[in-house]
Amino acid sequence: MSNSEPSVRPATRRCLATTSLAGCFGCHMALLDIDERLFELIERVDIDRSPLTDIKRCGRCDIGLVEGGICNAENVHVLREFRRQCKLLVAVGACAINGGLPAQRNHLDLGQCLQEVYLTGPGIVHGQVPDDPELPLPLDKVHPVHEVVRVDYFIPGCPPSGDALWKFITDLLDGRTPRLGHPLLHFD
Amino acid sequence: MDARSLSIDGLPVPFDDGQTIMDASLAAGIFIPHLCHHPQFTPQGSCKLCTVRANGRYVSACTMPASEGMEVESNTPELNDKRRTMLQMLFVEGNHFCPSCEKSGDCLLQALAYELEMLGPHFPQFYPDRPVDASHPDVLLDFNRCILCELCVRASRDVDGKSVFALSGRGIGKHLIVNAESGRLADTDFSLADKAAHVCPVGVIIAKRRGFAVPIGQRRFDGEPISRRVDWLARRRADDEEEQ
Ligand code: SF4
Ligand code: SF4
Ligand code: FES
Repeated sequence: MSNSEPSVRPATRRCLATTSLAGCFGCHMALLDIDERLFELIERVDIDRSPLTDIKRCGRCDIGLVEGGICNAENVHVLREFRRQCKLLVAVGACAINGGLPAQRNHLDLGQCLQEVYLTGPGIVHGQVPDDPELPLPLDKVHPVHEVVRVDYFIPGCPPSGDALWKFITDLLDGRTPRLGHPLLHFD
Repeated sequence: MDARSLSIDGLPVPFDDGQTIMDASLAAGIFIPHLCHHPQFTPQGSCKLCTVRANGRYVSACTMPASEGMEVESNTPELNDKRRTMLQMLFVEGNHFCPSCEKSGDCLLQALAYELEMLGPHFPQFYPDRPVDASHPDVLLDFNRCILCELCVRASRDVDGKSVFALSGRGIGKHLIVNAESGRLADTDFSLADKAAHVCPVGVIIAKRRGFAVPIGQRRFDGEPISRRVDWLARRRADDEEEQ
């Protein structure tokens, strides 16, 4: 191989995975809010498991973005897979960080919740609590991601803005410590 | 008599007799994080967010009298780390779901979390069960967000002369109570005109039907971080909390 020509290697490509657990996909929508910067993103990263690619299993990745908290058994499995496969695991959004909206059920009894929603609530006839074995079992309480696995970074917001996500991701890709100052850092 | 002064992070700051470190810093426009302090009320030094090192010793800036030549360290990574940890403990002890909180953007707890770059709670969440009290026609009490700063207690007792609020219990069981046999706010003489209705630094004492009159994104600390609102913090009066 000749050394005479300067190599035009693209900057190292990184691999990114994303998932939505007990979330509303708002954080993923916010990621799409980076608009035309998506083109730059896919120049710089390969996207592995993600609702954007529909890949179902996560391979080795550099960055894993996790939206949503942990409300059922499947969430736990997916989260553990992400932790195993991703060098950096990032909790994205209010639900991943402190349980968010789904965790508002935490002071209620789960059995009573299911009863009311599926059996005794207004307008229900011949109700039945779903028990298909395909359905993941709900957890007694909703938990934030950091209570189940180690988390490397947090991006707060409900959802974080596209600008905040972009700042964070480009900081990481460029080798800077990610930092969200005012006004990108917000909890609402 | 010569003007007396201390230093905060190396800056000379004048003070008058009887002033605390916090008084002097607020007058000089220097930001020291604080939650339970309010310039209109006797300081009680309970939240410890204002912890500084004065001549090498940890003290609460809001209760420590200023003294000549005192060297105060405040904005240091070490102190800010400790403050961030205290904030994280306050967040996990209650239920702080900011996206649904009417105080979001105007909240001192949240603004300090932004200022000190608190990104996550670090500790496990307590998820305490604290039912709200919506009994009063004009005011909602959402105990989920109470940080036990006692500003409402002080305002109701010392300014309104009503003693509507008190803290009860000890340690982690400590909580805010309402002074009525039923425990309900509706059964007190509390009114929206009380000072105590306007001092809560977080989203516990909420005026009904105001909600999101100022949209999220246009609120006090959305525009500027709290460290740049020292003038507002210093001149705050219980009756003009609503003023931007
Ligand atoms: S009181 Fe402040 S920190 Fe708590 S939920 Fe409301 S805005 Fe957030
Ligand atoms: S209700 Fe508000 S003012 Fe009263 S103790 Fe709790 S946080 Fe402080
Ligand atoms: S502000 Fe000084 S202890 Fe709370």
